[in-house]
Formats: sequence, structure tokens, C-alpha cells
Amino acid sequence: MSISVKNISKSFKDVTAVNDVSFEVKEGELFGLIGPDGAGKTTIFRILTTLLFADKGTATVANFDVIEDYKEIRNNVGYMPGRFSLYQDLTVEENLTFFATIFGTTIEENYDLIKDIYIQIEPFKKRRAGQLSGGMKQKLALSCALIHKPKVLFLDEPTTGVDPVSRKEFWEMLKRLQKKGITILVSTPYMDEAALCDRIALIQDGKILQIDDPKEIVKHFPTTIYDIKADNIYKLLVALKEYKHSYSVYPFGEFVHYTDKRDAIDTKELTLFLKDKGLNNIIIQPTETTIEDTFMELAK
Amino acid sequence: MNTILYIIQKEFKQIFRNKGMLPIISILPLLQLLILSNAATFEIKNITFSYIDKDQTTLSRALIEKFDASTYFHVITDFPSIKEANAAMAKGEVDVILEIPRYFERDLSNQQDTDLSVTINAIDGAAAGVQNSYINQIVKDFDKKAKILMLPPSDPLNKPKNIESIPSSWFNITLDYKTFMVPGILVLLVSMITLFLSGMNIVREKEIGTLEQMNVTPIKKHQFIIGKLFPFWVIGFVLLTIGLIIAKVVFNTPMIGSLWLIYFYTAIYLLVILGMGLYISNFTDTQQQAMFIAWFFIVIFILMSGLFTPIESMPYWAQILTEFNPIKYFVEIMRMVMLKGSGFVDIIPLLVKTIVYAIIMNGLAVWSYKKTN
Repeated sequence: MSISVKNISKSFKDVTAVNDVSFEVKEGELFGLIGPDGAGKTTIFRILTTLLFADKGTATVANFDVIEDYKEIRNNVGYMPGRFSLYQDLTVEENLTFFATIFGTTIEENYDLIKDIYIQIEPFKKRRAGQLSGGMKQKLALSCALIHKPKVLFLDEPTTGVDPVSRKEFWEMLKRLQKKGITILVSTPYMDEAALCDRIALIQDGKILQIDDPKEIVKHFPTTIYDIKADNIYKLLVALKEYKHSYSVYPFGEFVHYTDKRDAIDTKELTLFLKDKGLNNIIIQPTETTIEDTFMELAK
Repeated sequence: MNTILYIIQKEFKQIFRNKGMLPIISILPLLQLLILSNAATFEIKNITFSYIDKDQTTLSRALIEKFDASTYFHVITDFPSIKEANAAMAKGEVDVILEIPRYFERDLSNQQDTDLSVTINAIDGAAAGVQNSYINQIVKDFDKKAKILMLPPSDPLNKPKNIESIPSSWFNITLDYKTFMVPGILVLLVSMITLFLSGMNIVREKEIGTLEQMNVTPIKKHQFIIGKLFPFWVIGFVLLTIGLIIAKVVFNTPMIGSLWLIYFYTAIYLLVILGMGLYISNFTDTQQQAMFIAWFFIVIFILMSGLFTPIESMPYWAQILTEFNPIKYFVEIMRMVMLKGSGFVDIIPLLVKTIVYAIIMNGLAVWSYKKTN
């Protein structure tokens, strides 16, 4: 096991950030922690990267205990915090050289590992890190986290605040790194990114709701979801909530996701009900369950 | 060891890239030393002096002439009555009012006592004290000469018979304020700038989040601390050197003792200041907080350093408090070595205190660093 977390709990004063969390990440796996802000993702990262002690429980990273062998862990993991935390007043090249030297290595030695990423920012290597764009900053941070060839890579919300194209590119980079045998633990609040992981853990309020393959996790959803659309979304939401068979109603993009208490819905009856409420242009169609739906259901 | 060197290298790069930092290190100390050393003097000149002469005799005029002749006093006017003089004092037009009574000359020539009334504007107590002593000196001097003047030369009493004290100012013969202010202000500059910069430096890494990134690397705490603080130790020496050059070239301050001794003491003294900076940065989260706390301490240290007010004149409890003031030690050493030429043996007591201080301060700082981070 590359990462093993057993019954970890951590509280800050009277707030429980992580509550009895256990999970395991296999070697070479791309594992996602998916959850909203404040779910406890960063706390788990900080415990695993030896920045924070857990109140209860044990954890190992690359088979080293996070408390006893913290020095070994620091030599073997790469950590990219959610906030850009490189030296803004040093250039791209200086940042990378600095991180290489403090890990006792050089850029040349591990160049093949970072090549794909670094090559994109190399034209700007004389530029100060603070003057890079968001996407480039993130590539630099990833390069710095990788420069010492870590066994495990921790990425805390790496794509928050990054444009969709860069996000896509970033995930492609992660996939390539995974092929090089690096175990990756990534956290994200974006449900669409979850589908790109090998396995995901849905987490909320410091508790893990479900751990599974992203394709499997949607199967935990008990019923069929319907996309419903009408000319007035707000009125539609209110109306659906009043509907006697309604189980769950929440907006989802241009549609409203609706589930029924019964196994199958009576489309005609529902359409009539909605027309009665003064809604027009009603569309009702079954749709595929997404991870977000599953999350909303589990988080209920 | 190499790791420390890389951190130092990085630190210097950052210092020289910081546009706000370079002027702080180079130009500000220059300006401060030049301006403060010239401005911070206790000498009071151009005291506006007024008088009420109720006697109107040769003797009373002679007395006023004596004040007029003094470079300290600037005789502006005479008032017909005390009432008008007081009104002028209330308006802030005069600093000193001298009232010469009627029969001043007659009483003196009859060997009788006579009183002079002196009113001083004491809104600035320190200045009033100085003015008072100037006035006393002039009056005393006049009194002596007046006695001789009044008596016929044959009179056996006509011989000056009083004890006269002639002060001789050792180590600063001309009692030049700059001579003892310059070393003191130099100490302030070195202390202030190294404390501020070192205090803000580690906090800065906290603020921008790089400290967390550093903590997941194999860098050891002591490597990080030494690497971060060493550059400021060097900057302290640079400041001292710039200051000593200005002191010599511009103010011609005597440097009798060994400069090596000053550098040696500074090396240890800076450890105290850097330890303090580290300690402050451990308890703060932003540079702003660190700056305020550093200011708080620096202001107390400066005012209780014996530079602007003599420690001997402080109340006993305050004198004990000054024992915890590193700036006081440095000011004393600078004056001892530069003006008096004290050698190593003379400064041993202060040196030992400073070393103990450095050990305690850095011990506390490292201990709290472990605890809070």
C-alpha cells in the first residue's frame, strides 16, 4: 500500500475537521478526495505530509509512519498545497533549482520526469514566479513538487481557480505521471474531475461517505434521475418540491434533477401537475447518474 | 552545510530583489545618522530673554549686558512691569524673565543680600533645567565680580575668596555632543534595522505560504533558521561599517580603541537581536504584526538606553529594567571603546552579560519555533 490511513481524527478546538477516516491507496494509483470546501481534505493532506499531528489513528505513506518516520516521508513525497507557495521574487529557474538542491538533486538528474511539464514554462524561465499566469504557476509548482522524483505526490486542489483548458491539460499530465509509477493523491471540489481518478473517496464534514471506482460509485445511486426543464426554473423547483411523489429536487445546469419516490414516474401526470402550476415548455427525460448526483444523495 | 549555503544564497537574492529593502539597508541609515547626530543635541541656544529692571543703575545694566554677551541668550526686550512680562510668557514670546529689584545696587554695595527673580518657561522641563543652570552660572559669576567692583581697592575684603571649580571633561574635552551621540545613534541604527528585517523575514515565509512548502522538504529546522538569519547578521556588519565611516569622515568622531573589538562585540550583540527577531516572528502571522511588536520593543529600548536620558537619573526600578536592554550595553561599549579606548578586559563584564543574553534569547526563540511550527 502506498498510502494507508486508519481511523484518523483531528479536531481544532471544538471543530472536528477529520472524523475517523480510513482509506488505502494502492501503489501507482490516482486517488481522488472529492468534497466541498471545509470537508477536511486539506487537513488529511497536512497530516499525511507530516505538517500536522492527528489526534487519533495511524497513517503511513510509502510504508513510512507519518509520525515516527517523518524524515523519510519528507524525502519521498511531493506536496503541492492549494495556495501557490513558491518564491514569487525568484525566477522560474531559480525556484526549480532551489527545490532541487535542497532535496540534494539537480534539474538534469530528474529532467525526464518533469520534461513534459517544464518544457511548457521553459521559455519563461527567466521570469519571476510572481509574474506568471495562473496555469503557468501551477505547472511550476508541479515541477517543483516532482523535481526530487517522489514516490507519492500530494496535490491539494490543484485546479481550483484554473481555466478549463488548463484543467484538462493538468489532468492529462497527471495521467502521464501515473504511468511513470508515481502514486497520486489529489483533492478537488469539482465532481467532473472525479471521473478521471482510478478511485475516489467522497468526503463531507470530515467523514468519508463512500470509496469506490468513479464508474461504480454512481451505481450506489438508488433510483433513476430525470432532467426536467421549463420556462421558469425557480417556479419549477418550488412546484416539484410540492409534488407529493417527489424525493429530491435540485438544480443541475440548465435542468432540474428530479427523483421520484416510486420506481418509475408517470410523465403525463407530472406534466399535467406542472402545467397546473402555470409552467410551460416542459421537458422531462431520464438522464445518467453523475458523481455529483451521488454526492448530493449521500450527503443528504 | 550545503543546504544552509543554498538558503543563504536564496535569501540574498531575495533581499537584493526587494525594491523596498535596499534603500532601507543603505540610504536610510546614512540619512538618519547624518540628521539625528546633528539634530539630537542637548545644547540650548537662542533662549529668548527678557527683563524688568526696577533698579536702572550701572550695576543692573551690567548684569543684563552679561546676559546679552552670552551666546545662549538672545535679549529681546525689557518690560515695564511683571504683568506685561507674564503676558508675553503666556503667549510664548519669551522663555526667561529676569526681574531686578529696586535698590539692587544699593543693597549690594551695603553688603546686604538681594534677590533676583527668575521666571522660566518650563513647558519643556528638560530645557528649563538647562536654562536655569546657564542663568545661575552667569549670576554667580556676576556676583563675584560685583563684590570686587563695589569695594574700594584698599579694603581687605576686596579679594576674591571663594572656591572655584574648573571642570575638565575627560574623553570628550570640548564636551561635543556629536562625539557621544554618533556612536549611540549608530547603535540604534544597527539594532533597529536588523531587528525589523529579521523579525519580518520568517513571518514573510509564513504569510506567503512558503514556510509550509519548506516544512515538507528534508531541510532541518536549524538549517532553515541559520540560513534565514545569517544574511541579516552580515547586513548588521555592513550597517556598522557604513556608520563608522560616516562617523569618521563627517563627524570626525574619535576612535581611540580597537575597531576589531567593536566588530567582535557586534558579532555577539547581533545574535541577541536576531534571536529577538526570530522570537517575534514565531508569535506572529503577518509582517504587520511583527513590525508592530518590533516597534514596541525598539521604542522602549531606545528611550531606556541611556542615549537620550541618562540612566543614572531614572528611578531605581527603571534602572533595573535597563539591565534587560541590549541597546544599553552596546551604547556603553561603543562609547567606552571609541571615546575612552577601553580594551578587551574592560568590556568583559558587559560582554559576558551579552553572551548570556544571546544564549537565553536564541534558546527561547528556537524552543518557541519548535512549539509553534
